[in-house]
Amino acid sequence: MVSLSDYLILSAIIFCIGLVGIFVNRTNIITLLMCVELILVAVNTNFIAFSHFLGNEAGQIFVFFILTVAAAEVAIGLAILTLLFRNKGTISVDVTNSLKG
Amino acid sequence: MMNTFQFDTASLLLALPEIFLLSAIVVVLLLDLFLTKRFKQVTYYLTQASLLITGVLSYNLIGHPETVIFSNSFVLDDMASVFKVFMMGFSMVAMVYSRHYLTQHSLFRGEYFILVLLSILGMMVMVSGYSLLTLYLGLEILSLSLYTLIAIARKRSGAIEAALKYFVLGAIASGLLLYGMSMIYGISGSLNISDISAFASDANLGARETLIINFGLVFLVIGIAFKLGAVPFHMWVPDVYQGSPTSVTMFISTVPKIAAVAMLVRILVDGLGAMHAYWADLFMVLAVLSIALGSVVALMQTNIKRMLAYSTISHVGFIMLGFVTGVVSGYGAAVFYVFVYILISLAAFGIIILLNKEGFEADQISDFKGLSKHSPWFALMMLAVMLSMAGVPPFIGFYSKFFILQQVISAGFITLAVVAVVFAVISAYYYLQIIKSMYFEDADKDITISAPMDIQLVLSINAILILVVGIFPDFWMKLALSLF
Repeated sequence: MVSLSDYLILSAIIFCIGLVGIFVNRTNIITLLMCVELILVAVNTNFIAFSHFLGNEAGQIFVFFILTVAAAEVAIGLAILTLLFRNKGTISVDVTNSLKG
Repeated sequence: MMNTFQFDTASLLLALPEIFLLSAIVVVLLLDLFLTKRFKQVTYYLTQASLLITGVLSYNLIGHPETVIFSNSFVLDDMASVFKVFMMGFSMVAMVYSRHYLTQHSLFRGEYFILVLLSILGMMVMVSGYSLLTLYLGLEILSLSLYTLIAIARKRSGAIEAALKYFVLGAIASGLLLYGMSMIYGISGSLNISDISAFASDANLGARETLIINFGLVFLVIGIAFKLGAVPFHMWVPDVYQGSPTSVTMFISTVPKIAAVAMLVRILVDGLGAMHAYWADLFMVLAVLSIALGSVVALMQTNIKRMLAYSTISHVGFIMLGFVTGVVSGYGAAVFYVFVYILISLAAFGIIILLNKEGFEADQISDFKGLSKHSPWFALMMLAVMLSMAGVPPFIGFYSKFFILQQVISAGFITLAVVAVVFAVISAYYYLQIIKSMYFEDADKDITISAPMDIQLVLSINAILILVVGIFPDFWMKLALSLF
């Protein structure tokens, strides 16, 4: 039997991978989008695990909404990425450094 | 618990402003498709009309007893209605300023107005959200519209870069907020704010439960701090402010702050008010860092949008100080500060937009050189705005800082108040620097103000309000206090 804490540890690990990935990654913005997805997946795991062990459906409903929002978010992210490629000709994180003061 | 699903049609009336705005968005969106270039202005007027009607509908709901509808996920109380009315008013002013900027820089498109309306809808949902789910959805409607709004200047690489940075950091913030929400849900067993509040204020709360709530609380505070732009989660603020088209910067820096504060109140005050001792400590650190960094780093800026970004960060610090106090009058002072900040900020960006010419961005501090000789009236207005931001009486910015500091001192945080005042004095330097450029330096390029009458009129009223509300702050302060 898998216990609640196992799920929570798993989601914490995924969450950390996502978060670290965003800050460490210096090469490609698509990787950034993937890391954001990882964070959301970790949250979903949390919600479903809690929902199951509490016997309360609200958490699962929340997950449906997170999935929908995540899809919309990625759509917008990729659109911005396309614009960045058109303007700069590359999608490397390093090119986003023109704004400073 | 959300297990019981209730729905009755009478409750739809309480969400009438939101329902109306959503329908208006659909109508404007469809109509905009069929408008030829000659009639594009119709979109603008329809936007203003929908904002006005939504504001009136919200105004009519002021005084309605607090009611929770839609299976405990939507609340209608005075705070929600008053916030909505103010949001509509400020947005209308922002739209008047935006139109001039958009026409000057050939960015005038129907989508701009649709996205603004959508983000306002998101803010309204946030303001009325009474479950973690509604709050999150409102936040996402707001954020997703704002990311797109920045990227509307799709040929400017600066704007795209700003959009990308805002997008990535906003997504991290939402992720952190959600993680915190999942922890709170896991321990309290409910998404509803009143259930969470009942759980958190239970006297028999064990050490284990308190620990898990605190664990979630840290993530919630970080998420909210990201959205407000408090140090150390402020990295996106200067870049986004500088890179975005000025009209979008104006919008981002003003109206969404109301929604962020509303979310803060709903989650931390209404929901986890019993945990105040824990989150107030975090807020204290965030507030002091924000005030300090915002005041010091702004000294070195030459770009006025970037300077205003750091000034926003320090204002956010003051707003957070109001929540540190943990008393109703402190929260009232914070809400008053938000309204005042938005009023001043709108005027500041309005004047920047006024100086814009076709294809020319007046976003350097040096662009203000010699403004007093060319148009003394607008220079005087900028003077009022800058003195108000610095907190000089009798302008309103003085009273907003005064009320916050008064509450902070009466709550016993003397050191905090001293630190805040010291940095407020330091920040006066860069506000005065702009005044110096306007009054004591000669223009190095010619200034032409080609703005139409409507923006000049609204801008003048806006600046006069800064003075008038500053002389009679009583009514506004009482209004802000009555919301809690």
